[in-house]
Amino acid sequence: MSDQSTKILPETVIDLANAISKREVSAVTVVRASLESIATLDGSLHSFHEVYNEHALNRARHIDQMLEDGKDVGPLAGVPIALKDNIVTDFGHTTCSSRILEHYQSPFTATAAQRLIDSGAVIIGKTNCDEFAMGSSTEHCAFGPTYNPWDTSRVPGGSSGGSAAAVAARLCPAALGSDTGGSVRQPASLCGIVGVKPTYGRISRYGLIAFGSSFDQIGPFARTVSDAALLTQIMCGHDVHDSTCAELPNPDFMSDIDAPVEGLRLGVSKEYKGAENSPAVAEAVERAITRFRELGAEIVDIELPLTNHGISTYYVITPAEASSNLARYDGIRYGHRAQLEAGEDLFDLYAKSRAEGFGPEVRRRIMLGTYVLSSGYYDAYYKRAMRARRLIKQEYDRAFEQCHAIVGPTSPTAAFPFGEKKDPLTMYLSDVYTANTNTAGICGISLPAGFDESSGNPLPIGLQIQCQAFDEATMFRVAKMYEAATDYHQQAPNLTAGQRAATSPERQP
Amino acid sequence: MTDTLTLDDVRHVAKLARLRLTDAELEEYRVQLSSILKHIDQLNQLDLEHVESMPRPMDTTNRFDEDEIKPSMPLDMLLSNAPHVEDRYLAVPKVLGNGGGA
Repeated sequence: MSDQSTKILPETVIDLANAISKREVSAVTVVRASLESIATLDGSLHSFHEVYNEHALNRARHIDQMLEDGKDVGPLAGVPIALKDNIVTDFGHTTCSSRILEHYQSPFTATAAQRLIDSGAVIIGKTNCDEFAMGSSTEHCAFGPTYNPWDTSRVPGGSSGGSAAAVAARLCPAALGSDTGGSVRQPASLCGIVGVKPTYGRISRYGLIAFGSSFDQIGPFARTVSDAALLTQIMCGHDVHDSTCAELPNPDFMSDIDAPVEGLRLGVSKEYKGAENSPAVAEAVERAITRFRELGAEIVDIELPLTNHGISTYYVITPAEASSNLARYDGIRYGHRAQLEAGEDLFDLYAKSRAEGFGPEVRRRIMLGTYVLSSGYYDAYYKRAMRARRLIKQEYDRAFEQCHAIVGPTSPTAAFPFGEKKDPLTMYLSDVYTANTNTAGICGISLPAGFDESSGNPLPIGLQIQCQAFDEATMFRVAKMYEAATDYHQQAPNLTAGQRAATSPERQP
Repeated sequence: MTDTLTLDDVRHVAKLARLRLTDAELEEYRVQLSSILKHIDQLNQLDLEHVESMPRPMDTTNRFDEDEIKPSMPLDMLLSNAPHVEDRYLAVPKVLGNGGGA
């Protein structure tokens, strides 16, 4: 053991799993290194809610034993992976960063998580997120925010900010998030790592606590495109527990991932060059387009004029779905229940429990969703948005007749300071380039594409590549080609134990 | 410029949503939701009359399971997450008589 612990461990999922499978390093050593990084560094980041020290080490020992016995453990042998706190496991808690689920323990494990476990992964903990995955900054959490490892006075993005920060800070090589309107891609962009929103229906949502059921997808965070592709591939496939999970043969994203982009047509849209883009983001996207051209891709102009209607459509339909999904939190069967005063009845029990259990942003979305579904407003808002959704899908369909992939920014800016987007609408508008991917149900990836140095600290910038439904193979291939031509993904934030900028908000009790 | 929502509208929505909010919270949501709805009104610029609704991104059909008895969640497991258990039942306030209205 002692000779192993002084070795420099590989950094990627694929290299770690190879080294563990070949018994060059033990799963225990790898898992222990991850747990130690969390213990040392996460005090300044708060990327984790709960760390499964015992569970993870026991599991690592079990994996080492299986390898010693000559058994095949799978392509993720011994790799420590974190889960966003809205993906359930039958061990530990799953809180959705909400008071209403503060003590909730799931009786079962999400299919996506189980597929990783069955492939040898070790689940090391649950990561912080915006409550019920509603937010773009990981500020709206019942148990305090997560801090961006590149600059702890800034947000990590959201809603899967804890998973993004943990991977960016090298606390673990990969993590899962969920993406309803950008909640994997935007934090990946703001934390300088790779984040994937698979096609709707690619990965089972069984065990992903529901927010917007026709938008939600689980997706991985990793430091390389190949790692993200492997994790996505492992999680894919039909699941009898989710009727929206597509019945397709298991895909192979890895075989052609290194094929050159020569001959591929990449679409560029003027609607992605909005005035809200910071100069550094605009420059990073231009640089990427130039690079792709040099690599042999053909750049074509496409039109996505509905980009600016995306937020309106999204913020009608997803709150509507959320208000319906979150009706289950009633204080009766599980979750927080309020104390009743004399004379209060069952209505009061519901209304008090929900008001006490849900934070302000979740209540806001429930209110918005309830309003757009209420008698007299359904046609004006909900029906209208469902039709606009069709137009957005058709607009993408037309674009994909001209190109294989669409290239643009993931987020209009790099990470913003805590408290900057206090007005809810301002926060919502930061999803302008990511929400439509979910509205149309196609796939998207964000990968590192540069840094904004204007604030003094280098802040990562993400490039988004979107492809049509079930064409993740092309998406990973285009992303991999850019990654291979650049070194942004190799840069790491400079973190020391206990460091946190003086201007960062304190964790709420 | 008038706001889309009145305080009574917001109070009604809070009741439908089963959220007990203070007057200050109702007023805050009135202002914020009005501003969000004003932004959403830009959908009125689109010609949607002959467009079919799209409730989900992919076409799915109902799939039926065999009608067979399968094990349910063990009762202990179910009750372990319950906020208030009496004997082996979920306890709720009185519903009948004056306790209704939920």
